[in-house]
Amino acid sequence: MNKTLLYITVIVIATCGLVYELVVGALASYLLGDSITQFSTVIGGYLFAMGIGSYLSRYIDKGVAQRFVEVELAVALLGGLCAPLLFLTFTLTDLFHVALYGSVIVIGTLVGLEIPLLLRILKDQLKFKDLVSQVLSLDYLGALAASVAFPLLLVPKLGLVRTSLLFGILNAGVGLWSTWLLAPLLGNPLRLRVKAVLLTVLLVVGFVLGDRLTTFYEDQLYADDVVHASSSPYQRIVLTRGKRGFSLFLNGNLQFASIDEYRYHEPLVHPAMIRAGKVEHVLILGGGDGLAAREVLRYPEVRSVTLVDLDPAITGLATRYDELARLNGHSMTDGRMRVVNADAMRFLTEGTQRYDVVVVDFPDPNNFALGKLYTTGFYKLLKKRLSPDGVAVVQSTSPLFARQSFWCVEATLKAAGFWTQPYHALVPSFGEWGYVLVAHEAPGFHRPLPEGLRFLDMATLEALSQFPPDMGPMPAEVNRLNNQVLVHYYEAEWRRWN
Amino acid sequence: MELTRRELVAAFLGSAVAASACKRESAPRAPIPGAVVDRAVELGHRLRGGPLPRAEAVEPVDVLVVGGGVAGLSAAWRLKGAGVKDVRVVELEAEVGGTSRSGRNAVSAFPWGAHYLPAPLEDRGPVVRLLREMGAVAGVDAQGLPTFEEELLIQEPDERLFYQGHWYEGLYLRVGATPEDLAELARFDARMNAFAAARDAKGRKAFAVPTALSSDDAEWTALDALSMAEWLTREGFRSARLKWLVDYACRDDYGAVSEHVSAWAGIWYFAARQNGQGERSEGFLSWPEGNGRLVQQLASSLPPGAVSRDVLAHTVTPGEQGCRVDALDARTGQPRAFQARQVVLACPRFIAAHVVEPWRRERPSWLGAFSYAPWVVANLTLSSPPASRGFPLAWDNVFYESRSLGYVVATHQLLRQDERGPTVLTWYLPMAGADVKAEREKALSASYADWEALVMADLRPAHPGISAQAQRLEVQRWGHAMVRPTPGFVWGPERRAAAQSLGRHLHFAHTDLGGLALFEEANWFGVKAAERVLAELDVRSESWL
Ligand SMILES: Cc1cc2nc3c(=O)[nH]c(=O)nc-3n(C[C@H](O)[C@H](O)[C@H](O)COP(=O)(O)OP(=O)(O)OC[C@H]3O[C@@H](n4cnc5c(N)ncnc54)[C@H](O)[C@@H]3O)c2cc1C
Repeated sequence: MNKTLLYITVIVIATCGLVYELVVGALASYLLGDSITQFSTVIGGYLFAMGIGSYLSRYIDKGVAQRFVEVELAVALLGGLCAPLLFLTFTLTDLFHVALYGSVIVIGTLVGLEIPLLLRILKDQLKFKDLVSQVLSLDYLGALAASVAFPLLLVPKLGLVRTSLLFGILNAGVGLWSTWLLAPLLGNPLRLRVKAVLLTVLLVVGFVLGDRLTTFYEDQLYADDVVHASSSPYQRIVLTRGKRGFSLFLNGNLQFASIDEYRYHEPLVHPAMIRAGKVEHVLILGGGDGLAAREVLRYPEVRSVTLVDLDPAITGLATRYDELARLNGHSMTDGRMRVVNADAMRFLTEGTQRYDVVVVDFPDPNNFALGKLYTTGFYKLLKKRLSPDGVAVVQSTSPLFARQSFWCVEATLKAAGFWTQPYHALVPSFGEWGYVLVAHEAPGFHRPLPEGLRFLDMATLEALSQFPPDMGPMPAEVNRLNNQVLVHYYEAEWRRWN
Repeated sequence: MELTRRELVAAFLGSAVAASACKRESAPRAPIPGAVVDRAVELGHRLRGGPLPRAEAVEPVDVLVVGGGVAGLSAAWRLKGAGVKDVRVVELEAEVGGTSRSGRNAVSAFPWGAHYLPAPLEDRGPVVRLLREMGAVAGVDAQGLPTFEEELLIQEPDERLFYQGHWYEGLYLRVGATPEDLAELARFDARMNAFAAARDAKGRKAFAVPTALSSDDAEWTALDALSMAEWLTREGFRSARLKWLVDYACRDDYGAVSEHVSAWAGIWYFAARQNGQGERSEGFLSWPEGNGRLVQQLASSLPPGAVSRDVLAHTVTPGEQGCRVDALDARTGQPRAFQARQVVLACPRFIAAHVVEPWRRERPSWLGAFSYAPWVVANLTLSSPPASRGFPLAWDNVFYESRSLGYVVATHQLLRQDERGPTVLTWYLPMAGADVKAEREKALSASYADWEALVMADLRPAHPGISAQAQRLEVQRWGHAMVRPTPGFVWGPERRAAAQSLGRHLHFAHTDLGGLALFEEANWFGVKAAERVLAELDVRSESWL
């Protein structure tokens, strides 16, 4: 048996084992915040699980070499895929904690089996004292290599997803060459070899695509540090901070980036405000981050702003989280502000007060429950609550990415009996974004734009209602409670871009 | 004979449900609080239990309506519309509505029977009049067809189907359908569209709502002689999925499988509520309480005090000047009697035959032709909507492999964005076996614990973990829920004979006179009986029919 190869094996195994631990720990602190807690619980859990693995090794009596290769392959699979899978569970489910500690325990246990099994395989080749000293020193050497390379090389160059996949490949490689190295001790090396090859291919494919995965999750989703993450019964709320400011994500969808949110909120609010007959009583539906309210409160005539958002977690964050409160100009604690945590549809049905301006800022219609908020049924309720010379505005998804969806919203508002004025603005974080201004009848212009805007002036405003051909009007059905065509349009259109 | 849990489930819901539910059975849970809420057995016994006491004092009234279901309330509504003041409705239950009754708890209102009304296609007739009175008609479109308030039409998603662990959109099982299956479906749809468009020489629709307006040309009525299953075979339809869909339709509307439903009635289901373009122009109207909302509208149109609840009429004796009606206070057992110039008897035939005094002596010849399917309806209150795999929760949620019809979500029609709160599911089981008497006994013999086991066994495969969400279960057994349009019945002589007034003072109304158990039929016969009363009372009023 070739000793050098064996020693290399030990180093690789040791490096891989530590890398998985670091990957999981980094991922946890990255997604959940509070890195001290995350790192210490992950490392503690992992070491404990390794202990379990070492203990369990005594129950393996026969076919130790065979088991060793199998363990290598299992570690390669689970360790290699741990980062992408954990990312997925985080974005798609509420089970992140379960998945996190589950993988810590399982991977730790498997890694804990490796060295004891290897020691037993080698016990006939070497004297006991040489065996222990060489294997253990190489093990610690591997750990050192991993912990140095991880922050300096691996994360910056590869990112977490590809790091975990790369070490999975190395682990699978160990499994593969062990089938030669330990051939005399293996019953049927061929089957193991085939498995190892298949696994390597899988991980290599993952690694190549991992580039996209990484961009998807890390560059687009959370390119920056997570500074707040919480789950409310309604959604997952994540706040990140980076060089260019901070961003809010709800269920993984970007709500705003502080660097360019003004390019979204100024066009959302001001066209309605300057064209409404009065602006004394303003209603904001959605918009729990308080940013639309900030724009509304620029007008001294405003006497009350009612903000209706389903989720107390988000309005609470906007009120109490310092940086967010600073960004929204402390709008949430303004004396004119009334925050109502309620279902917007029920709020409109149950009350009677009319509002001079209504800002409708709901998430995009990507499911039936949200789709309801874009139907003639909803807009008729809205119409009843808009004063005779009032103006409302509806955020209407992107006329570029979801062109038919945008024009469907416009057609639906028309069908509900509104005068409509569609327009759009470029928000770099989102792309081209669309709005529809509505009123009972075509409104005039009643007041100037407030001072201090960064994006809108009258000339820009006029240009916003020009649509280039690739975003221009197109036929679309009216979205009703009993057909929900918009959800279908929306799904089909966004699928093309993702 | 004691059945095991699994045998019980197999006996009521079929072996497929038994297999998958029992596989998933977890550790025994605390029983779900609830009860069987009907009084079916108790009141039936009273009627058949020998001579009942008669009251000394007789209350005079111009028109007495016996039965506060849709037919009886529609009759009273019609009479009110003609200005007849002295009208009294007696209803044996504590609530009006009959098989369209509804209930309510802290979470939601919910139906105990009928839950939807197909939106009328034409702007005429008493049903549209009623809908207009309640503000449900939004307007008329360019073709003069009525349109309805959007929030009353079933919201999307409206229907889904559970099959082997997964929910799919719609009621036809498309997944795994072969090209032959789909071709048959298309051919079937085309046939039904043609039936929907068919008119006779007088311009009458071949299949109309209500059935009374349908053509009586033999070209179509001949279809009444054979069963829907026979018609499918005759026309070369072999697809199991299509057969399932047709069976589902027959069970849903008539409580019987296609072998026991006349082809005329089976086709009526697919052809009468659409205009021949295949699309129902507006779809279904529904409310959280189902057609209980229509019942409420009818009842609220009547003057206060017009309806007496908990009054069981047991003997109707026609005389020279009118009818004497003897009744019992269902709570106290005290006898009551009415002397009415006109009576509308708005209860089903199997009761009428017991109640009308001359028929007690001589059993009417038509009685044997009427048969009724038993149904069981359960309302299950959940702490949150059931979790499911595949297509999301819809209004109507159907299990492909069960004999139940699945469930309807009572809170579906509420105008709200947040759908996570507690809800009520209304679960329907037509007892569609061939021998209705045996089915009735089976339904009545099962205990609350049995029903709890059955309902949960039906739901669990589609919603693992639902037992933990269950807060309350109430079960209503309808011994004679729906008249069955068996072959030969709808166009046979018995049905028409039974609809004839008995003398000049006693008129009949009930959905069973139309041969189909539906709101439109009950309403039609109620209005029609009332108009006979108006003629007898010499009150002039233009017909609403
Ligand atoms: C489970 C179920 C689901 C259904 N779903 C639908 C649906 O979705 N859509 C639809 O259109 N139809 C549906 N139906 C059909 C429904 O039966 C009709 O719509 C309609 O309610 C029938 O009304 P009716 O007045 O003719 O009869 P019933 O409902 O039978 O009313 C008769 C009334 O008379 C009372 N009564 C009887 N005898 C006496 C007596 N001796 N003294 C005093 N009162 C008496 C009864 O208590 C009852 O209230 C359903 C029926 C059932 C059972």
